[in-house]
Amino acid sequence: MHLRVNGEEHAIAIAPNRLLLDALREDIGLTGSKRGCDDSSCGCCAVLVDGTPMLSCVALAASYEGREITTVEGLGGPGELDPVQEGYAEMGGAQCGYCTPGFMIATKALLDRNPEPSMDEIREALSGNLCRCTGYMQIYESVKYAIEKLRAKSAAHIPAAR
Amino acid sequence: MAKNTNGFNIIGKPMAMTDARAKVTGLGKYADDLSVPGMLIGKILHSPYAHARIRSIDTSQAEKLAGVKVTATGEDARNPYGILPIGHDERAFALGKALYIGDNIAAVAATSPEIAEQALDLIRVDYEQLPAWFDPEESMKAASNWINDERPQNIEKDYHHIFGDPQKGFEQAEFLAEERYYAGEVNQAAMEPHATLAVWEPDNRLTVHSSTQVPFYLHRTIAAVCEMPMSQIRVIKPLIGGGFGGKSEIIPLEVAACVLAKKSRKPVKITYSREEVFLAHRGRPITIVYLKVGMTRTGKITAVQARVIQDGGAYCGYGPVTVLYSGALLGAIYDIANVQYDGFRVLTNKPACGAMRGHGTVNVRFAFESILDQLAHQAGLDPLEVRRRNLLKAPCITANSLRVTSYGLPECIEKVFERSDWAEKKGKLPYGKGVGVACSHYVSGAANPIIRSNMPHTTVHIKIDRDAAVTVYTGASEIGQGSDTMQVQIAAEVLGVQADRIKLVAADTELTPIDLGSYSSRVTFMAGNACLNAAKDMRGQIIAAVAKKFGCPAEDFEAKDGRISHKSDSSKSLSFDEAVAVALEFHGALVARGTYAPPETARGGKFKGAGVGPSPAYSYSAQVAEVTVDPETGQVRVDKIVAAHDCGKALNPLTVEGQIEGSVYMGFGQALQEDMIWKDGRLMNPSLLEYRIPATKENPEIESIIVESIDPEGPFGAKEAGEGSLAATIPAIANAIFDAVGVRINSIPITPDKILDALREKQKSTAGNGANAPKKPVAAGNHR
Repeated sequence: MHLRVNGEEHAIAIAPNRLLLDALREDIGLTGSKRGCDDSSCGCCAVLVDGTPMLSCVALAASYEGREITTVEGLGGPGELDPVQEGYAEMGGAQCGYCTPGFMIATKALLDRNPEPSMDEIREALSGNLCRCTGYMQIYESVKYAIEKLRAKSAAHIPAAR
Repeated sequence: MAKNTNGFNIIGKPMAMTDARAKVTGLGKYADDLSVPGMLIGKILHSPYAHARIRSIDTSQAEKLAGVKVTATGEDARNPYGILPIGHDERAFALGKALYIGDNIAAVAATSPEIAEQALDLIRVDYEQLPAWFDPEESMKAASNWINDERPQNIEKDYHHIFGDPQKGFEQAEFLAEERYYAGEVNQAAMEPHATLAVWEPDNRLTVHSSTQVPFYLHRTIAAVCEMPMSQIRVIKPLIGGGFGGKSEIIPLEVAACVLAKKSRKPVKITYSREEVFLAHRGRPITIVYLKVGMTRTGKITAVQARVIQDGGAYCGYGPVTVLYSGALLGAIYDIANVQYDGFRVLTNKPACGAMRGHGTVNVRFAFESILDQLAHQAGLDPLEVRRRNLLKAPCITANSLRVTSYGLPECIEKVFERSDWAEKKGKLPYGKGVGVACSHYVSGAANPIIRSNMPHTTVHIKIDRDAAVTVYTGASEIGQGSDTMQVQIAAEVLGVQADRIKLVAADTELTPIDLGSYSSRVTFMAGNACLNAAKDMRGQIIAAVAKKFGCPAEDFEAKDGRISHKSDSSKSLSFDEAVAVALEFHGALVARGTYAPPETARGGKFKGAGVGPSPAYSYSAQVAEVTVDPETGQVRVDKIVAAHDCGKALNPLTVEGQIEGSVYMGFGQALQEDMIWKDGRLMNPSLLEYRIPATKENPEIESIIVESIDPEGPFGAKEAGEGSLAATIPAIANAIFDAVGVRINSIPITPDKILDALREKQKSTAGNGANAPKKPVAAGNHR
């Protein structure tokens, strides 16, 4: 089958019961998405499917042919970090870093649909992800950093009012 | 955020972690992300019985399954191991008896996880079930059928200490309180499940990549278990997805992977499922605290008597250390002259407990800070004021021989007093809302190493060559707390260069010198000091060469802003690159080293058990929690926690705040919702769905405040920041609940049912006393 991940087509031969997370990590070699639990409760494995965050540990890879999958590696690489990645790196949102890919995926999805979320909306959007290190405060700071960055970026694209 | 940077260039300023980009790009590798060609997948067979004799194990059917390359049982690795020299009671796989549901019986390595899983089903084990022990207070009465024949009455270790004259102290007391406290069992639940990749090398050496906080102890243990010299084994710590003590001793999968790799001569990877993480455990034990404290009418503590029983599970682990910390750290926070401590570490047929964040202090601190609050109310005093009246006069040596050098607790108390609006809120909020205060402290590393020796606790090497890059080689283990970044900052500050010139190589036993590991909050103080010493050594070598070139004394030069310059003659100045070239011509090679061992004066007393508790420095924390309790449902919402932490000097305020907030968060989880539920030795909630760690919606707002007492011996004055805050959070919440609805819950987690029971009890006793009876506090939930 073919999986489209981070804008590239991957031809892989997999068993019908192969989980999307395992296909990404083992068949395609993108180990950024993590496994943290056995029961879809931690959010470490979250990826974007056509822009919507989904848990790749409870998705069958075979059902995702033709969909656009984005993993943490697809957010941005070294030297071209997405503002969300920059926020998590700069503001302490990543301590051990294991939950970070999932949190960034959830953040990216939130800011794509709502670039100016309230604090409650941020809490809500991140409520499916668990972090054991930060106490979440610096994760909120990281999200706010990304919001500011994106705001500055979009302001730069709007011609100045006369 | 702390503003005082005292003229430093890098120290004291917030800095993103050096590995942050590897983490946010998903390119950094954790143990389970690693794979090598021909790698086998290992799986472990766990005991279904809590206590059983193993009559026989037959792996022959499993071995016949296509794809299975090797199996292993207890006979393949008979040498015992354990983190403490006095507790070598574990083996790679059970020999003779299985001691808990989940104990390690056998393992297979196969070409795929599915085949390995299938092969486990084909292993035949003949068990004879034995009576099992689950309740620690029952277990310690056992007359026979002991879990470990060498531990009569199932008591792993007991300690009995008396300091001062507790009896006299209680006679002087004008107020007395005596309570029983209960703390449920909690697990570290680091987001990364443990993983180990053991690679048998072509030259018959063994390379082990493992999710460990203690590469050095792992190195020793593998050598013992696999009967190989340490020189033939290399341990590498990749990125670690959180530790909190759950990876601070040797975890069964680590030895299992090595035994399988050695036997098959192939690379073997084992990754735990979340359930296996709970079964390997090493979390905080069920703790029962019988506590009696006496106080004068002015609020001065006169005596403390504590009897502590810890349910350690089936193996020793860190047990004796845990129960010693529980007693030792009754000291070094308040001025208490008279203490009696009786601590019991008890074996039960459950997974072994270990050294979870705040090791040994957390549950006893919950009890102590709760009873202090209770005594304050009995005496009609403000509980925050009571804490002010029991402060140490540092520097000092405590009754139990702990040396306190820097002591920022008074400032922590004042900071939370102001920021929480304590004076406006305490006792003044409407029914259902309340505030509570509590304090805590922790060691900055243990002054005495686990394996006693006079060698340094940590060593750092620095190399500079013609590229003028500074390479720091350290054994210290980054586990997400900022260990790498801290050492980069120190080296850059001392050498006067930008942080990006420093390349850090860490925790690879083939390349890096010794560090005992990331536990007991020792890294900033100890590895930080070793790095500081190494960097000073390197700076001295470079300056010596430059000074010679200019014909001036070395003390006239400084390393600053990427240059080595004469302090008063600006014409005598070289860029760092030029200075390195001059130094290489002069010295030939630029290699520096630094070590750290705690001073003799910090190593504590001479009595039995005195080795645990002493530290070169203690961190301090004070917190105020504000809560809302719904008296109809018993639901508690923590609205805010204000946490002040004395870390000596915040080398990196960004990571210090992250550590304070993370500690408060973990304390919050234990206070209200985390609990391992046991039924006949079986864990009923071995998953993150059922063992609920707090998510964004439950977690309170946390305001962290950094207090800097500048420790005389810490690197740039720094002490620990990663553990000390946790213990204060639990009693601060419990005390706030009392302030809100007038009931004391002496059992954690404080669940709605316990609050409702206590409220009903209170109502009954108030009704019995007549409607106008004074509000009488009621303790409840002491027995589960």
